[in-house]
Amino acid sequence: MNEILKKEVIAPDVVRLVVAHRKLACKAQPGHFVILRVSEDGERFPLTIADSNTPQGTITLIFQVVGKSTALLAELAEGDTILDVVGPLGRATEIQRYGRVLCAGGGIGAAPLYPIAKALKEAGNQVVAVIGARSKNLVILESAFRAIADEVRVATDDGTYGRRGFVTDVIADLFAEGRTLARCWAIGPVPMMRAVCDLTRAAGLPTTVSLNPIMVDGTGMCGGCRVIVGGEVKFACVDGPEFDGHQVDFDSLARRLATYHDSEQRDHEACRIALTRPETKD
Amino acid sequence: MTAPNSEKKIGSPREPMSERPAAERVRDFAEVPVGYTPDQARAEASRCLLCKKPQCLAGCPVGIDIPGFVNSIAEGRFEEAADRILLVNALPAVCGRVCPQETQCEIKCVLGKKGEPLAIGNLERFAADWKREHGGRTLPPVPQPTGRRIAIVGSGPAGLTCAGELIGQGHAVTIFEALHKTGGVLVYGIPEFRLPKAIVQDEVDRLAARGAGVVTDTVIGKLETVDELLGQYDAVFIGVGAGAPMFLNIPGENLVGVYSANEYLTRTNLMRAYDREHADTPILQSSRVAVVGGGNVAMDSARTALRLGADVVYLLYRRSRAEMPARNAEIHHAEQEGIRFNFLTNPTRILGNDTGWVAGIECLRMKLGEPDESGRRRPLPIEGTEFVLDVDAAVIAIGNRPNPIVPQTTPDLQTTRWGTIVADEATGRTTKERVWSGGDIVTGAATVISAMGAGQAAARDIDAYLAAPEPRPWRPEPRESPGDGQA
Ligand SMILES: Cc1cc2nc3c(=O)[nH]c(=O)nc-3n(C[C@H](O)[C@H](O)[C@H](O)COP(=O)(O)OP(=O)(O)OC[C@H]3O[C@@H](n4cnc5c(N)ncnc54)[C@H](O)[C@@H]3O)c2cc1C
Ligand SMILES: Cc1cc2nc3c(=O)[nH]c(=O)nc-3n(C[C@H](O)[C@H](O)[C@H](O)COP(=O)(O)OP(=O)(O)OC[C@H]3O[C@@H](n4cnc5c(N)ncnc54)[C@H](O)[C@@H]3O)c2cc1C
Ligand code: SF4
Ligand code: SF4
Ligand code: FES
Repeated sequence: MNEILKKEVIAPDVVRLVVAHRKLACKAQPGHFVILRVSEDGERFPLTIADSNTPQGTITLIFQVVGKSTALLAELAEGDTILDVVGPLGRATEIQRYGRVLCAGGGIGAAPLYPIAKALKEAGNQVVAVIGARSKNLVILESAFRAIADEVRVATDDGTYGRRGFVTDVIADLFAEGRTLARCWAIGPVPMMRAVCDLTRAAGLPTTVSLNPIMVDGTGMCGGCRVIVGGEVKFACVDGPEFDGHQVDFDSLARRLATYHDSEQRDHEACRIALTRPETKD
Repeated sequence: MTAPNSEKKIGSPREPMSERPAAERVRDFAEVPVGYTPDQARAEASRCLLCKKPQCLAGCPVGIDIPGFVNSIAEGRFEEAADRILLVNALPAVCGRVCPQETQCEIKCVLGKKGEPLAIGNLERFAADWKREHGGRTLPPVPQPTGRRIAIVGSGPAGLTCAGELIGQGHAVTIFEALHKTGGVLVYGIPEFRLPKAIVQDEVDRLAARGAGVVTDTVIGKLETVDELLGQYDAVFIGVGAGAPMFLNIPGENLVGVYSANEYLTRTNLMRAYDREHADTPILQSSRVAVVGGGNVAMDSARTALRLGADVVYLLYRRSRAEMPARNAEIHHAEQEGIRFNFLTNPTRILGNDTGWVAGIECLRMKLGEPDESGRRRPLPIEGTEFVLDVDAAVIAIGNRPNPIVPQTTPDLQTTRWGTIVADEATGRTTKERVWSGGDIVTGAATVISAMGAGQAAARDIDAYLAAPEPRPWRPEPRESPGDGQA
């Protein structure tokens, strides 16, 4: 259990792990996440279950190295065991047959978005996927999305690949083209999710976002993951992590996420590891 | 009725337990009371009248033979004393430290009528510590295996006690715990300076040594449901505690620097945030902290804040000192350590600075009105008495609700309107066949020893149920318990 069977660097500082965990592989549904701990003194931190394979008894995690814990996880090699993996946590995505749906992923957000898009497709929806990244070499999971989506559009901030601009620019294009869309999922950094929600709110397109507040236990015990949705306090780990994006108070989420920023950055400088640039993506 | 020299003993003073001076102890997380020496323990134990009809027994929910173990101490047979306790109490070193003895066993002791009651908790702690420190590894006997398998959900005092009893009856037990460590509130809530984690670990290790299976990182209801457990086990005991924090629902509660006591204490205890050299889970250094609440959880949070380096720690409680539910000893310790108590004070708003950080807490003075349902006098606000305390962090310690994960994922498991699981008080039977429950998830936030009592009662009923050649019919309508989930 918890053994890393496969490890791949799929973009600079972005790692994909295939981890053995038979029970999790049976129970994981799109939208679920796990809480991990890598070392005895380490933090507990959440990662989305990006894919699961029941017959093989594995789950896939895709993560970006941003701080100490993710760096430690990235240091583990195939054959190593992750100290703690707890899940599946959170509420699963409400997968229904909606019609044509928009799945927008910004940066590492494409990873948690992928199982949702796949499940939506399997449920009979037409899936339009939009992947955004700062630059070409940071675009992740493009071919995975191409394999399941009806249409994939890519945007890079610097225009090195796909459309120059943000995910929101692509969504604006879709609106301008008069494409009818029944639902939208938007996952990525807070400013990206906020911008997408501003657009879709104006267009009257129901939008689900997946929030990523700081978490400790992941079971509703600490209250550290609280977010404000529709004016009410919710615990993202048990009431979410997916919420109606048009109801989310992004300001308070952004401030709470900044809590540990300074102290973490200091820690991280000391232990940052160099991840090799990959030859191929996915 | 009493021993010949009882006259001398009645009214004799209690042997005090030494404590580290406040100025020294607030700088670290080491334990505050240092424990009895063997001489002190024997002297205190000799005060016991060894009553023929000991009143003290009625006060102990797990039924420790109090005069029996006390007499062993008085006569210098310390390991025997510990073994006598261990027959019914799997966690003596824990109970000796955190039981509210003054309202449990000691309040019933006859010595208390004309003087100070016997220091039963201190003696229990002494016996347990002596056995552990002197390599006393003999374990209570384990009988012939019965071949029956029981799943215990949650490794707090209720679950651990239930497991210990069942092992003693010869059943195979597996404990499932959501966190990466066992012990429940004993490890993630109660701080190191009150209950060293090594002691809890030692008591858990003893259960494991007697054959209990321990599976951590497993959230029942998520990774496996109670129904799935029922497919593999003969019985399931649910002791998942009341771990969901309540907030005040006042403006500013989502500012950076506002913590639930659970988060504050978990980061410090379970994730060892105080060990800044090693631990990765940070807790931000705050210099002025307000803790809201008046129970053990609030005392623990306030004293933790001091030890994490705060210069000033306020404790804000909306009633008066007399109504505070915390143990007396802990209120006393907090006062000694310089916590600034503000009674009859209720926060109305948390103020922030322009980057969203806590910059102050606005409070209102209160007065006491008529008693409410809980029998305590209801606090009423005094209009126009708002004032602001200058703080940079706030810890909300006003109580915990039951966590809904198990109830939500277990059909046929009835809950009350407070979210607690409905279970019969005497047997722990829930509304679902072959499922027992006890501890905070049934009563709402209560005490370690009441959770243990419930775990023991359930274990005895499970044993009786499984032993009956033809299982007795499941009683379908257990009594509702009156828990209110309030600390
Ligand atoms: C439900 C959920 C699912 C997630 N799924 C994924 C995933 O699939 N892949 C992935 O790469 N990341 C995911 N995250 C984010 C991931 O948990 C954080 O990147 C991780 O905790 C950072 O840990 P660290 O110690 O490496 O960084 P830290 O040293 O803790 O922090 C480094 C930087 O990351 C920021 N940060 C810290 N915690 C978080 C957080 N929870 N979310 C966002 N930023 C944070 C800090 O502000 C800081 O700037 C998810 C978060 C949540 C809540
Ligand atoms: C800070 C603090 C100080 C306290 N001080 C005292 C004191 O001095 N004296 C005293 O008598 N009492 C004290 N109490 C109260 C006492 O700790 C509790 O009443 C007691 O721990 C309840 O025991 P329990 O076994 O019911 O639950 P808990 O101790 O809460 O244990 C429940 C366990 O179940 C686990 N769990 C929850 N959900 C699941 C799930 N779905 N699957 C698997 N596992 C799960 C939890 O992680 C936890 O480990 C204090 C409480 C706190 C928070
Ligand atoms: S377990 Fe608690 S109530 Fe029972 S004898 Fe010990 S201190 Fe008293
Ligand atoms: S502890 Fe008190 S009540 Fe119990 S036997 Fe001793 S003297 Fe009697
Ligand atoms: S992570 Fe602790 S309550 Fe959500």
